[in-house]
Amino acid sequence: MKYQTVIGLEVHLQLNTKTKAFCGCSTDFGKAPNSNVCPVCLGFPGSLPVYNRQALNSAIKLALAFNCQIQEHTKFDRKNYFYPDLPKNYQISQFDLPLSRNGYLDIYTQNLPKRIGITRVHLEEDAGKLIHETGCSLVDFNRTGIPLLEIVSEPDLNSPSEAFDYLNSLKSIIEYLDVSDCDMEKGSLRCDANISLRLLGAKELGVKTELKNMNSFKGVKDALTFEVERQTQLLETNQELVQETRLWDVEKAVTVVMRTKEGAKDYRYFPDPDLTVFIIEESMIAQIKAQLPELPQEKMRRFVKEYGLTEYDAKILVSSKNDAQFAENCIQNYPGEDKKEIVNWLIGPLLSEANLRKVKLHALNLNTNELISLIGFVQRQEISYLCAKNVLSQLIDTGKTTQDLIQEGNLQQISNADALSEVIETVIHENAKSVSDFKAGKTNALMYLVGQVMKKSSGKANPKVVGDLVRRRLS
Amino acid sequence: MELNQLTAHELLEKLKAQQTTPEAILDSLYARIQKIEPQVKAYVRGQACLPSTSSQADLPSVGDRHACPLRGLPITIKDNICTEGLPTECCSKILQGFRPPYDATVIDKLKKSGAVIFPLKANMDEFAFGSSTENSYFGPTRNPWNLDYVPGGSSGGSAAAVASDEAIWALGSDTGGSIRQPASFCGVVGLKPTYGRVSRFGLIAFASSLDQIGPITKDVQDAAILTGLISGYDPGDSTSVNQDVPDYTKSLTGDIKNLKIGIPKEYFIAGMDEEVKTIIQEAVNKLKDLGALANSVSLPHTEYAVPVYYIIATAEASSNLARFDGVQYGYRASSDNLIQMYKLTRAQGFGQEAKRRIILGTFVLSHGYYDAYYLRALKVRTLIKQDFDKVFGEFDCIVAPTSPTSAFKIGERAQDPLSMYLSDIYTISANLAGIPAISIPCGFTKKGLPVGLQIMAKPFNEAMLFRVAHTFEQNTDWHKFKTKL
Repeated sequence: MKYQTVIGLEVHLQLNTKTKAFCGCSTDFGKAPNSNVCPVCLGFPGSLPVYNRQALNSAIKLALAFNCQIQEHTKFDRKNYFYPDLPKNYQISQFDLPLSRNGYLDIYTQNLPKRIGITRVHLEEDAGKLIHETGCSLVDFNRTGIPLLEIVSEPDLNSPSEAFDYLNSLKSIIEYLDVSDCDMEKGSLRCDANISLRLLGAKELGVKTELKNMNSFKGVKDALTFEVERQTQLLETNQELVQETRLWDVEKAVTVVMRTKEGAKDYRYFPDPDLTVFIIEESMIAQIKAQLPELPQEKMRRFVKEYGLTEYDAKILVSSKNDAQFAENCIQNYPGEDKKEIVNWLIGPLLSEANLRKVKLHALNLNTNELISLIGFVQRQEISYLCAKNVLSQLIDTGKTTQDLIQEGNLQQISNADALSEVIETVIHENAKSVSDFKAGKTNALMYLVGQVMKKSSGKANPKVVGDLVRRRLS
Repeated sequence: MELNQLTAHELLEKLKAQQTTPEAILDSLYARIQKIEPQVKAYVRGQACLPSTSSQADLPSVGDRHACPLRGLPITIKDNICTEGLPTECCSKILQGFRPPYDATVIDKLKKSGAVIFPLKANMDEFAFGSSTENSYFGPTRNPWNLDYVPGGSSGGSAAAVASDEAIWALGSDTGGSIRQPASFCGVVGLKPTYGRVSRFGLIAFASSLDQIGPITKDVQDAAILTGLISGYDPGDSTSVNQDVPDYTKSLTGDIKNLKIGIPKEYFIAGMDEEVKTIIQEAVNKLKDLGALANSVSLPHTEYAVPVYYIIATAEASSNLARFDGVQYGYRASSDNLIQMYKLTRAQGFGQEAKRRIILGTFVLSHGYYDAYYLRALKVRTLIKQDFDKVFGEFDCIVAPTSPTSAFKIGERAQDPLSMYLSDIYTISANLAGIPAISIPCGFTKKGLPVGLQIMAKPFNEAMLFRVAHTFEQNTDWHKFKTKL
């Protein structure tokens, strides 16, 4: 690797407050166009903005979770530019005194911890939405004025997958704080990326590209990966890189030029005279701090300490707040000494079931007691692990009890030699080649024969007992 | 005397005693308007909008009238204050046809007090950009004392209407003198309240950090009544201040004995009209005769007020007026291209002075100039405010001229924006400092044009202004003179 990749991300996050940032309009998504509007968010003449305290609260909460310094005096500024989705032709934003800055986020990337700097987190208002139809363009102002947080990272990310891991950590924390629904498809989370390459060891940053139009975390990763290759190729062939904004085309999986830098835009920022300076007092910060929930990193460390989980397992379980809660409930109710036993079920069969159904662990709506009961059956060797996995699937689908499912399916494990001998004889008879292989010293052949017995017994046979019986029969 | 010639408090007495009705008052106003409005042009969008008789007016029911303090008394509103369903166009082509779907907070308060919002709106300089009402899209208003002269501005329509008895009283707005200077030119009373005293919600912004709505009335008592009714904290305006509103009529004691009055030496400078200077000095002498203690004071940063104002006010205006783009409301030039539509709409919709101020404001906020102009202006603004704080540490109020001259002729300064800007040289500081200031009639020039006396006090001490102004008024006759119209 000759080049170092340098990435900084700019995330825009819609807060899930009930009302907009500067007026009382609802923030409900999916309403008829231009129904969540009033003179204030439409920027009608004479209307005035008023702070939404809840939005400020959420913003401070998030800034604290990102270890930012909170500005004691914060103010709002006007960012002036003309665009039809911006009814006042200026956006209420924050310029030189953002709500917070100098924070960081500790992430895990390639199983190693890394600290990513957060330059600033500030509050602003969202713009409306343009809908382009043939022959005309329409404006929907429902989104106008929804509180938006801008979270700017330092250029501390050094690969597309690091950027991906950063976004997931960010999302996880936001979910824990319950300040946004983080849905990239609905546009409640948007991400732009700045990326440049430089020779390893070089101090100066290379020429950067700004990437837009990614609508999933994977899209961000793919666009960045494409861009690393594109830029590497240009550098390798001594071609000039130009500073430009490029759009990710998800269909073609390429980035295309949107605009080249024609000099910095002048937004003529100045303090919004309609909004007074907002003083964030120590007591307010302390109060919000006290209300902060346990965040994923802390929870992970606690799981390791309290329940003896590995960091790897704990990390999987804490990435979602609700999953972590579900997992902890399972672990606490599990009567066994070794919590690893239930954790293996959680991150093994349960997670597979969840992935299969494309839902989160907690959303499987699995009764903790039934899960614990099922594990008990396996441990007492009353049913096989294989059967148990089937029962798990049915537990999720039917909502019946473990006991009933095992009885209904007649799934009790068969460990009795007499009961198994007939099946074993049949298998030996039908698999002469494997038998001779085994006799010739190929131990794998035994595994195969046991598997055949399991299959014939519909998974009910006790594999350990079957193994012993087959070995004894053939020796 | 006709009903329309009376003051609001005189009419309120009559209404209370059931000696007259709101209908009769409206009829007298309509009759007056029919007669002299073609000459004065205090109102806009013509008499076509005017009902032929008062029965069509939106009058409160008889029962309501007696429950509300204003008992159906009409009030005239400047064209930049939003009135639900009534055209509110800031006398600009770009707001053509705009009828706000809401009332300004002041209008809401007045309606709840039983006022009738007069169906015609008062003329003004476009977006309050001007000191003569010549910058109105609808053409100039004339000074009722001499039709060749301007009424001042930007609330020239409100002031002329009150002075010519085409209105009982009126609301104006004051960003750099837009209530006080026309009040002075038209011989009526005009108050700019403390910044934050009156809600700005529904006032179409010129410069948000300077704008205040205030009364224009025939005498000080009316001003005290009206100020009390429109003042107070509004949760819809973050810059309004949560402070109790006193009963201002209680400050009309007639006693100013031993009050300390500061006379700023920087306000009596070259360029000031000699006649005005003499009249102001006589007024100060009158206050001394009434027991006040007058002394010279210094407001050392006065000379920077005009340049600082034209940086801050235009910067804010350039941003405030960005929303007039033809997309949602008002005038729209037709074009199949968005940028072209913006350009044509604004080129055709704004008048010359509006364009001048938008360009100036855009310039001072531009990258590389912000620190040199806007930021520096904010710093000097603080110094100007400190000048006042210092004086008010020792003095109860400051007395000064409202304007360096009496009314000038229509067209006289129209081609010279700088000389026009200087006519606000004494009023701008109060907006920059956020303090309350009142202008009251204090004499006439030999040509028969009124001269105004300005009184300023510390923030939220409007009561002091009413007390001094009322005492002066009650001991002089200037407010009793009527125009010859």
